Amino acid sequence: MPNDIAAAESILDANMFDFPMPKLREMAKKLRRHVVVMTATAGSGHPGGSLSAADIITALYFKVMRHNPKNPQWADRDRFILSKGHAAPVLYAALAESGYLPVSELSTLRRLDSRLQGHTDRNLTPGVEMSAGSLGMGLSFAIGVGLAARLDGRNYRTYVLLGDGECDEGQTWEAALSAAHFKLDNLVAIVDCNRLQLTGRTCDIMNLEPLKQKWQAFGWHTIDIEGHDFDQILAAFQEAKRTKDKPPVIIARTVKGKGVSFMENNAAFHGKAPTPEEAEQALKELE
Amino acid sequence: MEVEVSTRETYGKTLIELGKRNPSIVVLDADLSPSTMTRFFAKEFPQRFFDCGLEEQNMIGIAAGLAASGKTVFASTFAIFASCRCFDQLRICLSQMGLNVKIVATHGGITVGEDGTSHQAIEDLALYCALPGFTVIVPADAVETAQAIKVAADSYGPFYIRLNRPKTPLVYEENYRFKLGKAVTMRLGTDVTIIATGIMVAKALQASDTLARQEIDCRVINMPTLKPLDEEFLVKAASETRAIVVAEEHLAHGGLGSRVAQVVARHQPVPMEFVNLKDRYALSGKADELLERYGLTAKDIEQAVRAVTSRAKGSP
Repeated sequence: MPNDIAAAESILDANMFDFPMPKLREMAKKLRRHVVVMTATAGSGHPGGSLSAADIITALYFKVMRHNPKNPQWADRDRFILSKGHAAPVLYAALAESGYLPVSELSTLRRLDSRLQGHTDRNLTPGVEMSAGSLGMGLSFAIGVGLAARLDGRNYRTYVLLGDGECDEGQTWEAALSAAHFKLDNLVAIVDCNRLQLTGRTCDIMNLEPLKQKWQAFGWHTIDIEGHDFDQILAAFQEAKRTKDKPPVIIARTVKGKGVSFMENNAAFHGKAPTPEEAEQALKELE
Repeated sequence: MEVEVSTRETYGKTLIELGKRNPSIVVLDADLSPSTMTRFFAKEFPQRFFDCGLEEQNMIGIAAGLAASGKTVFASTFAIFASCRCFDQLRICLSQMGLNVKIVATHGGITVGEDGTSHQAIEDLALYCALPGFTVIVPADAVETAQAIKVAADSYGPFYIRLNRPKTPLVYEENYRFKLGKAVTMRLGTDVTIIATGIMVAKALQASDTLARQEIDCRVINMPTLKPLDEEFLVKAASETRAIVVAEEHLAHGGLGSRVAQVVARHQPVPMEFVNLKDRYALSGKADELLERYGLTAKDIEQAVRAVTSRAKGSP
């Protein structure tokens, strides 16, 4: 490992960006613009669930997590696991903006030979911790990562982002049971509760409510927030850090397609890219 | 006299040995540790053992997360649950990511016996062989089991090792050394090659003894590694003996027979016969009764050998 990286890590006990609030808001907007351009360029992809998660992911990469883009394999890094793998565009955007990959590479999303696959691939993209795409697997993976931290006496935290539609998957609840059973307080789950899944409203397709009480009943400490309010997001991550002997879950109430008027609360943009005209309109709204 | 030793007990004991010399080994189970014998490891290294309850899908994900964090993970349950119950998790978390997890499944095949159809893993080899990057091993006895477990621990990547519930006759001496991806000649012969895996190896040896008295000279091959397959060895056997019988405790499709046929058809086509469970499920019964009822005895191998040799003679 080059000396400058080691030196940086030895003093790095917090997020190396540590953005103040205005810069966080600006970065979230930037990530959203990337999502629009990436999916429009690719002609396919999942903008809706990427946009709903943009503020949470911005907070993690630019304020909360201890990580070093120059050394993606740093043993003591905090881990971010994207269980809702279809939100890959917003993760790639965050990885590019924080320095894991060139921003220019974002335009290769979903193309043949690109490192930026339609759904995340751990073996191709620097900074991606888990290959995902088939839903419901990320929390289990995160438990393994959290148990390893405990076995190795390392104090990194593992953040895992789930979709609310994803909570239909039975494996999510197997994992919810076991994380509480193992008393994994070094793990933080975030449910991006945008209330829409592929074909409609979660309450119509498969009702999840009362979601908070379900997690509580499974033995979790729940933190209910508005998932586009940075004050609430940052406070929730602080509360998660203080939680002991049980895993914390942040239920983040969000808006699918957030930031683009015609995508907001519109299930059609779950897995459909904007046309060039729609992208142009969207970028105007995200200026 | 035939000596029978439990392969799963051997697995449990081997894990302790490995746990002592390698602190990165972590073991998972799904509420079956007294049966899979991971309980030995659990007792010796409680910190490095996690019972995942009846959550096989979750167990595979946890195994992947541990492996991604540098652990060598052994995960055990019955073969039926280790294959059919969590296939998508195996695909994404282990095969696609290529992580260092060893699935050691016990109670494979119909010899699980009285528990019946729901518990008889007879499609597991097809499923695991279909997954890119997986190494698939079916040891013939306890000696080979201990060897294969150690080799798996020392080799990076996802492995599937299938063991059985009943004790298995020993076919090897203690000094045997298992080589990954290599077939083993158990008997030399020139008329026909019997290729067997798992419990069928002992039966193939038995069949070859009987056939020798009828002046049919069988070559007997143990094929412990189904994937990657020892293709060179197969092609040689096909060209030297001109007929092949494949015997396995598995359905007809996708297991050792299918895999051998694919190689033989491409490189050295010869008449072949298959001893397996065909395309049907078995029912409850004692292991030996089931083997007889569903056609997995030494006698069934003998019949297949006679059929294939007469076809080989009849061909130009």
